[in-house]
Amino acid sequence: MSRKQLLAQKRQEFIEERGIICMNNVSMNYPEAGAPAIDDITLRIDPGEFVFIVGDSGSGKSTMIRLLLRELLPTSGDVCVMGYNTRKLRHSQIPAFRRNIGVVFQDFRLLKDRNVYENVAFAQRIIEVPSREMRRNVPSILAMVGLAGKYRSNVKKLSGGEQQRVALARALVNKPEILLADEPTGNLDPNNAWEIMDLLEEINEQGTTVVVVTHNPEIVNAMKKRVVTMKRGLIVNDEEEGTYVNED
Amino acid sequence: MKIRSLFYTLGQGFRNLFKNGWYSLASIATIGACLFLFCIFYSVVGNLRYILNNVEKGVSVQVFFNYDVSEERVQEIGKEIRNRVEVSKVIYHSDEEIWETFGPVWAGEDYDEVYMENPLVGEHNFEVYLNDVSLQSSLVTWLESMNEVRKVNYSEITANTLSGVNLIIAYISIGIIVILLAVSIFLINNTVRVGISVRTEEINIMKYVGATDFFVRAPFVLEGMIIGALGAALPLALTYNLYDYVLGYISGRFSVLAELLTFLPLDSVFSVLMPVCLIVGIGIGFLGSFITVHKHLRV
Ligand SMILES: Nc1ncnc2c1ncn2[C@@H]1O[C@H](COP(=O)(O)OP(=O)(O)O)[C@@H](O)[C@H]1O
Ligand SMILES: [Mg+2]
Repeated sequence: MSRKQLLAQKRQEFIEERGIICMNNVSMNYPEAGAPAIDDITLRIDPGEFVFIVGDSGSGKSTMIRLLLRELLPTSGDVCVMGYNTRKLRHSQIPAFRRNIGVVFQDFRLLKDRNVYENVAFAQRIIEVPSREMRRNVPSILAMVGLAGKYRSNVKKLSGGEQQRVALARALVNKPEILLADEPTGNLDPNNAWEIMDLLEEINEQGTTVVVVTHNPEIVNAMKKRVVTMKRGLIVNDEEEGTYVNED
Repeated sequence: MKIRSLFYTLGQGFRNLFKNGWYSLASIATIGACLFLFCIFYSVVGNLRYILNNVEKGVSVQVFFNYDVSEERVQEIGKEIRNRVEVSKVIYHSDEEIWETFGPVWAGEDYDEVYMENPLVGEHNFEVYLNDVSLQSSLVTWLESMNEVRKVNYSEITANTLSGVNLIIAYISIGIIVILLAVSIFLINNTVRVGISVRTEEINIMKYVGATDFFVRAPFVLEGMIIGALGAALPLALTYNLYDYVLGYISGRFSVLAELLTFLPLDSVFSVLMPVCLIVGIGIGFLGSFITVHKHLRV
């Protein structure tokens, strides 16, 4: 067995034992901020799960996403994603690490000067996928999110729902192990929100672990998934087929 | 990096250039303006020095000897003068040569018959040229201290003026170069800062998708280098086209000074300006974009 295969096997064992995402007594204090944004959280998510993270604004949901992306390092505790301890990743390893995580944001974050195709192809160019494969992969993922006919459109001219689908296609085209979505429906009307959610569910059914931060009680309550509720940096509730109790 | 990524990077570099058209133009103009000032400055100073140098070369000291000093001793002293470091050239004028020059003036064509013998015996002398006129006074002191030397002819004012002007040019050069550097760094820093605000988001997106630092940086750095190269090409083209025209104009206006005003040829000015401008321009473009992107790669 080669060293690479051995490492892959060890990683697989680690994931089975500790989860694809694990946070152990994680705290995050932003410099010059008063209270911690994340306060001694412990959380485990297994491969193939679909998890909602809900909670008031300012409760630390986005901070959790940023910790999982290794955009931030926790002040204390360890964050493990796909068997990697984010604290132990060298700066040069971060890009390869992120290529296995797809991410979508409320504000889409598309390259606004490029068309739909280029925004999705961009993710493939980064991992140097051969052109021929890229020309196969990009249209097929665009078809999956329902944008087959619009691959030449300028993203600025698309509706919010369409833009989010482009972002989703970009996040998925490299077949990530995990999909993180930070309020993906926050800027969308209910119809579009539901379409995005249906796509997320479909992706999850194909085996990708999906973590969705959301503010939308109707969707959370209707979908009957695991719900992790946060409040002031703490996890106050975590239940299978949970509901979103909006306290506002 | 694979070939297709290289092409992609090249494409992106050029694309950025046009996409941020105004920003690119501002940067090119900024670098171009600074380098153009440098070109003008270099041309002016280069020519001033060239003219001064020509004048300096014409400044000489004449050494005469006591009448009782033997010819051999005079030649020995001549050798000593030649050996001094500040001396560039020594010309010996013998008694006969001087008589041949002045005889016809004093006594007409048949001067040789009017005078039975050379009346200028003992007027032989050395005409001494210097590398550096500022060293003239020390040479003169040394010459005058010799017992055999009767007289030293020289012009103190010319030498002092020339070395004074040289010194002033040196000071002004340093001053202007410092000012130019400061101004260009300030301007370029500002343009880069304006430009980067547009790119922060783009860089962030690239990093989220898992782009390596190199992949993110390469197009920006390439763009910076193209801007630098264009910023250098502009003033070079201007200088190239204006140089002969301006010199021609100056010669025309000051035709009285025609003999004094010999200028450096365009080729010799350009052989310095071209590499300096290109290296500085591309270097500024490279460093500017590299450093600015670097600050945003910590995501
Ligand atoms: N970059 C930052 N610097 C300082 N404090 C921050 C920063 N980002 C977020 N915070 C603070 O951390 C807390 C959690 O923020 P966030 O994770 O964005 O919450 P949520 O996404 O749940 O609304 C908030 O109190 C917020 O003000
Ligand atoms: Mg948030």
